[in-house]
Amino acid sequence: MRNKYSVFSLIKNALSYHENWQRAWKDPAPKKEYDAIIVGGGGHGLATAYYLAKKHNMNNIAVVEKGWIGGGNTGRNTTIIRSNYLWDASAGLYDHALKIWEGLSQELNYNVMFSQRGVMNLAHNLQDVRDLKRRTHANRLNGIDAVYLSTEEVKKFCPIINTSPDIRYPVLGGTLQRRAGTARHDAVAWGYARGADAMGVDIIQNCEVKGIKRNGDSVEGIETTKGFIKTKKVGVVAAGHSSVIANMAGLRLPLESKPLQALVSEPVKPIIDTVVMSNAVHAYVSQSDKGELVIGAGTDDYVSYTQKGSHQIVEGTLNAILELYPIFSRMRMLRQWGGIVDICPDASPILSKTSIKGLYFNCGWGTGGFKATPGSGDLFAHTIANDEPHKLNAAFNLNRFVSGDLVDEHGAAAVAH
Amino acid sequence: MFLINCPYCGERDQQEFKAGGEAHIERPKQPTELSDDEWAEYLFMRKNIKGVQFERWNHAHGCRKWFNMVRDTSNDEIKAIYKMGEKPPAQ
Repeated sequence: MRNKYSVFSLIKNALSYHENWQRAWKDPAPKKEYDAIIVGGGGHGLATAYYLAKKHNMNNIAVVEKGWIGGGNTGRNTTIIRSNYLWDASAGLYDHALKIWEGLSQELNYNVMFSQRGVMNLAHNLQDVRDLKRRTHANRLNGIDAVYLSTEEVKKFCPIINTSPDIRYPVLGGTLQRRAGTARHDAVAWGYARGADAMGVDIIQNCEVKGIKRNGDSVEGIETTKGFIKTKKVGVVAAGHSSVIANMAGLRLPLESKPLQALVSEPVKPIIDTVVMSNAVHAYVSQSDKGELVIGAGTDDYVSYTQKGSHQIVEGTLNAILELYPIFSRMRMLRQWGGIVDICPDASPILSKTSIKGLYFNCGWGTGGFKATPGSGDLFAHTIANDEPHKLNAAFNLNRFVSGDLVDEHGAAAVAH
Repeated sequence: MFLINCPYCGERDQQEFKAGGEAHIERPKQPTELSDDEWAEYLFMRKNIKGVQFERWNHAHGCRKWFNMVRDTSNDEIKAIYKMGEKPPAQ
């Protein structure tokens, strides 16, 4: 039985100097067989396991993770959550996630620190203005909150932005989604892990998948560094390494894996109480609760699994940040890192069955998967449990690359890629 | 970030180059004969290898010529560089 976190449990544990808190999840050895196995213990994978157990009564399942949970892109992103996408299919997908975010801390009994501080997207040229206005209208038709702001309104909402007309890429306006914001990325992984574990899901860390065993066109199990595990359903949620797993099963995916960088500054007092993103100059920034500026840079244009990225990418982002926020000119950067993102040709994800029975892929989230974590888990769990996609993820199937029915979201990406 | 030995200009900073993706994807000889599956395979499906991969690169801010590269994507180590039309080295 899992103890509930509450003010009473806090007081009770304070009396024993916080030395007797219950483990948030167990550390089991793999069983011989499961009803389903999720490959990848990031936010999306753990959320998938959580909803499989919670909504589809699949409790004899496991999550296998080659490192530690939340140690991949879940712990490497810039924690931004929004749903202001252009196309209907994307709006449905991302707003489904945003609605779950709004009640997630209560549902998981775990504070994911979801903060609806708003996300502002800036326009720097006339085409940006037209695109963002169009997107605002499209969002509102889909029931997603969006407003278009003039330069003066941008300045009023975030006073530290340099809205002077004589900068290289002046701010001509922007959009604002007030329901958007940020969440604590580690807490999302930990909260879902704790919730899934409480319903009987085995979370197996330090267990790398080495092969997918097939019998003809069906999955029979997975080879791992902890031995063979039998199962009829495998859901792969391996982000940048999706193609590596696909190759094991003899599949090819429309993905390229590239390093995406982010960096944080030294912590300072509150200075920016929202998230500001700019696609045209490729700069986005928010401030963590610790006070660090959280800055997202871009992807390199070559395939790499090195989790590093090139210096000039960071330099370009910081140039743009400094022109937009001259007040940051003497900030020092504390840390820089890269994560490997799997990008689809249409910049939309894949949540899909495959040509192999019992093998499912949830991948292609590219540079913006964190925001979708709860929705992605919920819809992927539905797809695995029913062997059919939910209507909200039906458009995000693998077959769209054959039929040509792409969901081209390059325009609604926060930054160009 | 690494140095690339352009077969025409010599060693230059990677910033001068543009990555052109997977190499040796042959353009269909008879496009009208192709099925939708074959088009998808040609246009979109990629090996995306973690390890030694064959790629095309372009010296965009230099001689602007295309060439091929063999590179280990797990550590960005360049194994070989050869001109377009040349036979790829055995790996």
